[in-house]
Amino acid sequence: MNVCRTYKMGDNLVRALDDFSFSFNRGEYWAVMGSSGSGKSTLLNLLGCIDRPSSGTYLIGGEDISGLDDDELSDLRSRRLGFVFQSYNLIPQLNVLENILVPLFYQDEPPEEGEARALVLAERVGLADRLDHRPLQLSGGQQQRVAIARALINDPDLILADEATGNLDSRTALEILDLFDELHSEGKTILLVTHEEEVGARAEQVLQLRDGQIESVTKRTAETV
Amino acid sequence: MQGTFTRTVKLGVRSLMLHKLRSALTTLGVLFGVSSVIAMLAIGEGASIEAQEQIRQLGSQNVILRSVKPAEEQVSNQRQRVISYGLTHDDLERIRASFPGVRRVVPLRELPEEVRFGVNAIRPGVISTIPEYIDATGRVLGTGRFLNATDENTVSNVCVLGYEVSRALFPFQSPIGERVKIGADYFTVVGTLLPRVRLGSDRPEAGEDNPGELFIPLSTGTKWFGETLVKMRSGSMDMEEVQLHEIIIEVEHAENVPMVANAARTMLSREHTERDYKVIVPLELLLRAEETKRIFNIVLGSIAGISLLVGGIGIMNVMLATVTERTREIGIRRALGAKRRHIVTQFLVETVVLSVGGGILGILLGLLIPLLVERFADMRTVVTPGGPLLAFCISAGIGVIFGLYPAWRAATMDPVEALRHE
Repeated sequence: MNVCRTYKMGDNLVRALDDFSFSFNRGEYWAVMGSSGSGKSTLLNLLGCIDRPSSGTYLIGGEDISGLDDDELSDLRSRRLGFVFQSYNLIPQLNVLENILVPLFYQDEPPEEGEARALVLAERVGLADRLDHRPLQLSGGQQQRVAIARALINDPDLILADEATGNLDSRTALEILDLFDELHSEGKTILLVTHEEEVGARAEQVLQLRDGQIESVTKRTAETV
Repeated sequence: MQGTFTRTVKLGVRSLMLHKLRSALTTLGVLFGVSSVIAMLAIGEGASIEAQEQIRQLGSQNVILRSVKPAEEQVSNQRQRVISYGLTHDDLERIRASFPGVRRVVPLRELPEEVRFGVNAIRPGVISTIPEYIDATGRVLGTGRFLNATDENTVSNVCVLGYEVSRALFPFQSPIGERVKIGADYFTVVGTLLPRVRLGSDRPEAGEDNPGELFIPLSTGTKWFGETLVKMRSGSMDMEEVQLHEIIIEVEHAENVPMVANAARTMLSREHTERDYKVIVPLELLLRAEETKRIFNIVLGSIAGISLLVGGIGIMNVMLATVTERTREIGIRRALGAKRRHIVTQFLVETVVLSVGGGILGILLGLLIPLLVERFADMRTVVTPGGPLLAFCISAGIGVIFGLYPAWRAATMDPVEALRHE
């Protein structure tokens, strides 16, 4: 991708991402790091197709998405992307199972085995016995695991995690990160935004941002223990 | 698709249940609007049918001419005088001879006589008339027979009792063949009439205070009682001479009623120097009643419409607040792939559920109100199926109209902004 995203704040144009070029491949596990205001969230929103670049192009699998309209972007999100947010962002009036199923609800042709898939995923994140609980009846770690199951329901090409462990205590955070490792080893593409060094260190590759530009790209050498 | 829709409705209901009190209060606006529409329509319809029936009992194909005592032009200082006024036998003959398209012309006289049987005495309307009376007025014979041509020709002392009279004089026995005393003479009862009933109600038209009527042949009435009525009034004695109190003209075809009525008016104004008559045209009254009903409906409809409008605005207001409150949820759903139309549908369904829910409750309440009105206010009400149906459509329509804007607001939110919303 090669994009430029500018925001208008009062009279000033703020370049959140300035002439930013970056590409990554299927199956990679990236951590995006940087201080606040460095453009992490903007990058994530662009990658997640909920925001559009002011100029430039963004290709997913060779397909240029900057020209897609709102419906096509929504469709893309529901089929190919999975989101995990810092504040879980479950829908309070739905139970665990229904929350996991939300992305399928918005697909034009939802797969018939959706519910079975949701059950498998719930099992996998260890919540098979809480399917009819409401989000507020769950702990933070459990909620985040529901969110991960939700991000996996549509078998996405790319999982975007925004400070996914930011609200969790360190033990729960480790559990979540283990889950990401596991997903990565299964071949999922993961992009994790964080400002915590130890979280970033778990990823395969680290993209360091500063003032809307790439400061450094670090590849973790084979196996640094 | 069906499944999706059901799920959307279920989701909407569940979201509304998160704020039960708020949702319940929001539906109240539509509830009262809808119930007032139904109740007003029912009461209006009942009043109108009531009026129409009363007019129909006069006979919608009839033109009724009545004698009216003219306004006294000067105070007479005579202690005794005879006032002569009203319809005459000549009028009757002229109508019979010259009016086209007339089926029957029935003259009648009203005699202020007392009627006795044994110890019972009442003062009904004693009407002397001809046999065609029963056909022209649509009264129904109960027992025996009505007056016939022989009675008229032979000037017989026979009479037919109205329902109230027969009940008052003969509470425990059949009146047929009995002799009642009218004024100073005895008359043989040959028949009784059924009460005038209202359609759809088994109550007689009037209660105890209606003394009822009694019918004798016109010729007999004229023979025994003459055409001069003597009235004692505050020391002076008035004598009135009235040839006929009423002439009922039954027109053959309803569309000729206005024509006959005009002919009667023209004829009477030519022949009478004073306005000692009036022309009653039930059909005209009927048309006037319809017109009144129309105006009534417009007024009630506007009031109900305003209350529905207020109800709709209330719903829109609450939905706008809901949309703001659930900005984050909208952001999540958008991020997870919801298209704009999904969001529009979701909020529109919620609004329609609110308004239709209010509508259904309103229909129930609206059906209850007429029952209570009938019971406690003794007013006639008629619920037509159109009323609830109309009200239901209106409430659904309100949901869509007043839901569109909040739903559009929700759908056009920027997902990034919405997700950041706390």
